Amino acid sequence: MTLPDSQGHFGPYGGRFVPETLMPALEEIEQAYREASRDKEFQKELQYYLRQYAGRPTPLYYAANLTRHLGGARIYLKREDLNHTGSHKLNNALGQALLARRMGKKRLIAETGAGQHGVAAATVAALLDMECVVYMGAEDTRRQALNVFRMELLGARVVPVTSGSATLKDAINEALRDWVTNVRTTYYLLGSVTGPHPFPMMVRDFQSVIGREAREQILAAAGRLPDHLVACVGGGSNAMGLFYPFLAETGVRMWGAEAAGLGLETGRHAATLTAGRPGVFQGAYSYLVQDENGQIAPVYSVSAGLDYPGVGPEHSYLKDSGRAAYTAITDSEALEAFQLLSRTEGIIPALESSHAVALAMKIAPGLRPEEIMIINLSGRGDKDVQQVAAILKGGSSNHGL
Amino acid sequence: MGYERIAAAFAARKKEGRKALIVYLCAGDPSLEVTGQAVRELAGAGVDLIELGVPFSDPVADGPVIQAASKRALDAGVTLPGILELVKDLRAGVAVPLILMSYYNPLLQYGLERLTADLGAAGADGLIVPDLPLEESLPLRQTLETAGLALIPLVAPTTPGERLARIAATARGFIYCVSLTGVTGAREGLPPGIDEYLAGVRAVTDLPLGIGFGIGSPEQARLLAPMGDGIIVGSALVDALHQGGLPAALRLVERLRHAL
Repeated sequence: MTLPDSQGHFGPYGGRFVPETLMPALEEIEQAYREASRDKEFQKELQYYLRQYAGRPTPLYYAANLTRHLGGARIYLKREDLNHTGSHKLNNALGQALLARRMGKKRLIAETGAGQHGVAAATVAALLDMECVVYMGAEDTRRQALNVFRMELLGARVVPVTSGSATLKDAINEALRDWVTNVRTTYYLLGSVTGPHPFPMMVRDFQSVIGREAREQILAAAGRLPDHLVACVGGGSNAMGLFYPFLAETGVRMWGAEAAGLGLETGRHAATLTAGRPGVFQGAYSYLVQDENGQIAPVYSVSAGLDYPGVGPEHSYLKDSGRAAYTAITDSEALEAFQLLSRTEGIIPALESSHAVALAMKIAPGLRPEEIMIINLSGRGDKDVQQVAAILKGGSSNHGL
Repeated sequence: MGYERIAAAFAARKKEGRKALIVYLCAGDPSLEVTGQAVRELAGAGVDLIELGVPFSDPVADGPVIQAASKRALDAGVTLPGILELVKDLRAGVAVPLILMSYYNPLLQYGLERLTADLGAAGADGLIVPDLPLEESLPLRQTLETAGLALIPLVAPTTPGERLARIAATARGFIYCVSLTGVTGAREGLPPGIDEYLAGVRAVTDLPLGIGFGIGSPEQARLLAPMGDGIIVGSALVDALHQGGLPAALRLVERLRHAL
């Protein structure tokens, strides 16, 4: 695969749509990243931290109980929830923070929705002794108060963002405004495969460790490649990380689970690829949830990490080419999956990852027992337990309000 | 018409030995009627070019004042078609160049060719698109060119010399020189290194240089004016209009005009 092209395009998608002030910084990051990719010392250091600090490789666990329960394909879970800090986000945060240090930047800024990327960024900043400022929607700081404290404990400053809808997209806007202002001293540690080139490529590459490990592990466990890969898609970094090393394997089918929120028909969802259309937002041309005048529309999901109106441009490309299929999963379906995996396997998944489990629950029963499915369990659900408890005990179907 | 009207506006001030005053208004804040009235009166008060901001839900290059103005305009239901209608109405009685400043997505969704046709028909002269850098600008630039409309590029203090030259080579109308690394909004004083930066831009182009971002006071305008051909005032005027209505906006413009 040679995508993206030199301007960061995946077919028509991607590119760089940012204020001129940031263009030289993006070129500088791209240049530094390409050099680092070829530098054995950099790779060795990244490998060291991934193994000794993050705890990689994460297991590929055969979920025998879930497999039996669904009665179809053999299901394996890629256990990114066991990564240090509790999600796949650290893979990318480590890579980019090492790159930032190599570039001589001492200040990191990051955005966060649920707090997983913010915690990962705060963690690497503590590890590498860098200043860290995390922008988080004021709404999300309330939903995820514990993660705010975790970030502060790690030495980061959390800035609640009150503009717009006070969620993830507004946190990104504010991070971009900080970056435009402090671009000479600051590195923007973007958390997903979104934004301007080179972020979609670079974050994908740093997350590809998920798919590379899974490939080796399934070959060792089953002696062959999987038939199905399933992952949730907000911005889409865990999905790209799993999918990318398998893209050339035409026998491997790829499934992305988006957030249907209260249902596509209610208009309260975050199903960018299923219900959106292409446009330019936060640095890239990609599918997005927008109104007829090109204004970004409000989105909603029970999961703060999927509550985003955009999506990584490579996913838009994979959708149009038919290489991957994207399905929207409602809050209720995700909540059911959250409980099912907890009960059958003793694993509490993040609400984001629960969307992937829910999609697997739809697909797996229709498959033959010899087919192999890998679900990316992108994060653990501890952060969501309180919220889910409130929803289940409240018995309200209108939990988004 | 189009970039010729822009060139003529700068040339007229230059002939007087003075600098152009360019102002930004957020179209539809608080209503298109007020914006229309403001444009007519500001044009009569010595403003040389007027930028009409198309409100956008996610204005990443803007500071708090224009963010708030955009939100007020969106809440009032203002859209690009409505703004094009306003331009058409204004053009009957207003001679100054009218330029739309918009983030890219509302333009893209409208359709670039349809936009070009409708801008031309309404009598607008060009576009400024703060999130459309050189590398992605070809489709819009080409279609505007067919109608003689200007795509006015932005350059920044971080833009290297070689890149400045490439941007200038494709520019029409004038070059929008962002005075500082940051978002829109009035600041105190002058950004460090501004004279050297603007001399670098001057070296690569004969087009007029408009200097904007961070300029709110007549004193700043007076100090910066010799380094370019025009001064752009946005947030300070949007704020004056919002806080004190048209009389306050006119008072600010009078003082700015006097300084240039």
